[in-house]
Amino acid sequence: MKKLINAVDDVVREQLQGMAAAHPDLVRVHYDPRYIVRADAPVQGKVAVISGGGSGHEPMHGGFVGRGMLDGACPGEMFTSPTPDQVYACAQAVDGGAGVLMIVKNYTGDVLNFETALELAHFDGIPVQSVLIDDDAAVKDSLYTAGRRGVGATVLAEKIVGAAAEAGYDLDACANLCRRVNRYARSIGIALTSCTVPAAGRPTFELGDGEFEFGIGIHGEPGRQRLPMRAADSVTEMMAAAILDDGPYTRTVREWDRQAGEWLDVTLTDDPFQPGDGVIAFVNSMGGTPLSELYIVYRKLAEILAQRGIRIQRNLIGPYITSLEMQGISITLLKTDDEILRLWDAPVLTPGLRWGM
Amino acid sequence: MLTKAQIILWLENVAAVMRQNRDYLTGLDAAVGDADHGANMDRGFQTVLQKLPSWDGSDIGGILKLAGMALMSSVGGASGPLYGTFFMRAGTAAAGKEELDDDDLRKLLAAGVEGIVQRGRPVLGDKTMYDSLFPALDALSAALASGADTQTALDRAVSAAEEGMLATIPLQARKGRASYLGERSIGHQDPGATSAYLILKALWDAAA
Repeated sequence: MKKLINAVDDVVREQLQGMAAAHPDLVRVHYDPRYIVRADAPVQGKVAVISGGGSGHEPMHGGFVGRGMLDGACPGEMFTSPTPDQVYACAQAVDGGAGVLMIVKNYTGDVLNFETALELAHFDGIPVQSVLIDDDAAVKDSLYTAGRRGVGATVLAEKIVGAAAEAGYDLDACANLCRRVNRYARSIGIALTSCTVPAAGRPTFELGDGEFEFGIGIHGEPGRQRLPMRAADSVTEMMAAAILDDGPYTRTVREWDRQAGEWLDVTLTDDPFQPGDGVIAFVNSMGGTPLSELYIVYRKLAEILAQRGIRIQRNLIGPYITSLEMQGISITLLKTDDEILRLWDAPVLTPGLRWGM
Repeated sequence: MLTKAQIILWLENVAAVMRQNRDYLTGLDAAVGDADHGANMDRGFQTVLQKLPSWDGSDIGGILKLAGMALMSSVGGASGPLYGTFFMRAGTAAAGKEELDDDDLRKLLAAGVEGIVQRGRPVLGDKTMYDSLFPALDALSAALASGADTQTALDRAVSAAEEGMLATIPLQARKGRASYLGERSIGHQDPGATSAYLILKALWDAAA
């Protein structure tokens, strides 16, 4: 393993120290327990939006803390979810009286830790809601698995819901908007190489020179299929088809009933994309794929979507939700409406995403 | 009958066993998950071990609750909240106790397992820690109901947990990260069912 680190055990702490040193105007870092909050937290009267997950996906989530996006982020160990005390402390630190929305990616560890933290915050008197992001079209069924994983849509949801909170939406409105963004979004990922978790010291899986892995998540875990390597256009066609030809997706999730103080089972169905839809197209690098290749993919994706009668209204291209140094990409499409587009265009000022101010 | 000293010994035993089995558990997890179960359990119970001396003034319920909170804040992953809940609920069931009679022990373990059910909502055969915990609790309750002593009841519980653990090998995972492997999860022993077995085995050792 060759990595630009000091000691394996210090990776997460030292990257946080670097962030604090680089962006004192935007964020504050708390080390025990670990969380990152925007520099002016708590913002009185505004819904606070927080998220978190394992480290190794930078800039997500800590890099999205700042005006117009997240109020707080809780980084776990590499690819390991944060713990409830961390998330609870973060919620307390950002609550400005209007409540806290937790955006949670659908991984069993993240879900259980955030659910526990939500209960702690609730019984402490903080109004709190959570929304599960589960957009990974690589996972076909929810009955015999833990359901679709939360991937690229997380970045888009954090931007859009963060803008809504900044604009004064209340807690339930933020949660409902976040659920709609999740329902409108689907993603698919591929890997050309694995990645090496520092503590493991060797690649998580082996992938030959002539192969790629189709339908991966964001933790270097194996995907749906291993296939012979092919040209960028052909890979892009496969990825676009996995999203566009994906049928309705139904699953049962737990939603928090704030009044009753308990979890409810709610069954949700996402509808497929249709000709005439407008979308935000997000082409993401898993960390090791250069922008040059992302543009080659975007060029083909734009052509395919045009043929399908789907209009790209906005795009986001670059490394935003990564798996350390993995070579690979993900594509996320998010169906838009006027409200989503307006909130997407709203100003944002974070270490990892900035426009309009 | 179990004394407070035996409960403390149980937690110390778990810490030792998790350290010994750290690489073994991580190896099991590498086959179906993300290769961190051994490291996470070891980190969690080392935290418990370090804090144990400072809990000396607490009763059995208090010690187990504090252990649950320590696990919750140090393990991470899915196991953190699950085992954290197990020990916290067990502690609540044993509130105020300086020693446990057989019925206290049964209630304590039942409350812990019920906590795991509420948090993770496992079904038998999902290939999870519940596949060793449920048969263990069942065997313990049956043994005590039939008049067996503590040690015999725990002995049967540990045997049932071991059987349950081994029975996860041919199962296809339906919960957690292993579920994404589909049929590729078949043939591997579940790491969570294994750590649950080790925790019960450590209790049996402490009770001996």
